[in-house]
Amino acid sequence: MDADPAPKLRSYAHPERVVTTEWLATHLDDPTVVVAESDEDVLLYETGHVPGAVKIDWHTDLNDPVARDYVDADGFARLMSEKGITRETTIVFYGDNFNWWAAYALWVTSLFGHPDVRLLDGGRQKWIAEGRELTTAAPHPEPAEYPRIERDDSRIRAFRDQVLAHARNGGRLVDVRSPGEYSGELLHMPDYPQEGALRGGHIPGASNVPWKTAANDDGTFKDAAELRRIYLEELGLGAEDEVVAYCRIGERSSHTWFVLTHLLGLEGVRNYDGSWVEWGNAVAVPIERPGQPVRPPL
Amino acid sequence: MNAAPLPGRLDEVVEAFAGLPRDVKLELLLDYANGLPPLPEAYADDRGAFERVHECQTPFFVATELEDGRVHLYFDAPDESPTTRGFAGILHAGLDGEAPAEVLEVPADFPSRLGLEEAVSPLRLRGIAAILGVVQRQVRGRLAAES
Repeated sequence: MDADPAPKLRSYAHPERVVTTEWLATHLDDPTVVVAESDEDVLLYETGHVPGAVKIDWHTDLNDPVARDYVDADGFARLMSEKGITRETTIVFYGDNFNWWAAYALWVTSLFGHPDVRLLDGGRQKWIAEGRELTTAAPHPEPAEYPRIERDDSRIRAFRDQVLAHARNGGRLVDVRSPGEYSGELLHMPDYPQEGALRGGHIPGASNVPWKTAANDDGTFKDAAELRRIYLEELGLGAEDEVVAYCRIGERSSHTWFVLTHLLGLEGVRNYDGSWVEWGNAVAVPIERPGQPVRPPL
Repeated sequence: MNAAPLPGRLDEVVEAFAGLPRDVKLELLLDYANGLPPLPEAYADDRGAFERVHECQTPFFVATELEDGRVHLYFDAPDESPTTRGFAGILHAGLDGEAPAEVLEVPADFPSRLGLEEAVSPLRLRGIAAILGVVQRQVRGRLAAES
């Protein structure tokens, strides 16, 4: 399946990873394409979705029900089969809230090396803003043959101990949460039950670039020149750098992973899915807050 | 289940969800979302009385009023957040028009009695607990202001 030839996409490092709403509209009936909606709000799909799109619920479809981990080879093959997806299928992911869960679903799918995965630029928001068709009719795909592929956590996924070693080596980390979360401030608001981390702050050495910095107000990605300015010039990430992106549970950071990897072409980017929910609750890991020494020391 | 009865009409809500398959639970949650009454005219222009619930990922605002000794709940949740609207719909259906004491008695673990863990993420469920917390705090504030 050829890349979307739209001019905006051509300056990205991997234009074949993004599609425009225009392209999607003309490929809805293509039998080699499966459109998958992944939203933060699990009921949004039911209120209306792109015609023919299947729903991939990040919470129930992609996660192991017992272990805090993603589905295994069998689970993934079963999910793909149910959704009518073969190894040759072009999967186009889209969703609400600037595609942050769609990016997460795409990242998990990439752990299994599915060859052709793409994100819809602008997501659900742009599709709707353009007055394009929505349907509440649920598709009933024929179960497809999907091979059993072992998940590969070595290339684009980072685990806590790897992140600790990376931090100790002065490695680049991008914390894509809000400034208040990054500084640790948000865990000190009285009367508000908090998200579930015992400690606030960030991983030592992490830079703070909130994930939405990569997007325009209409939900689309900023163009390549702007992204280069933000991440390569201002943040100073190099093409050869090993970079770890994280947020709270790895969903916002999947969006940034996508931007760095597929739009800017960095090859050493990993998503730390444990993120702050793990780090902020882990015993004796070093935490940094602005203006304070790291405790415990790296 | 030997749990103590819930205040207001919340037991009816729990009953409605009990034993349903996951997909049907989601449909029911959507029904509650669709059943959430729109904001009255007066609030449409003046949002001053509303408080934002920060735990909810999406902008979500709550206001309570005490009238003739009864609590009235007003929720402002965007259409793009049907799950949050569903939670608001549940709280509205279960507690609107009840006495303040009833509202304050709703246990913090009420969300877990809906049996939505399979269908809705734990993060979302914390959201409904947070909404309940804000409602109760506002009711306490109203009571204190009156005394």
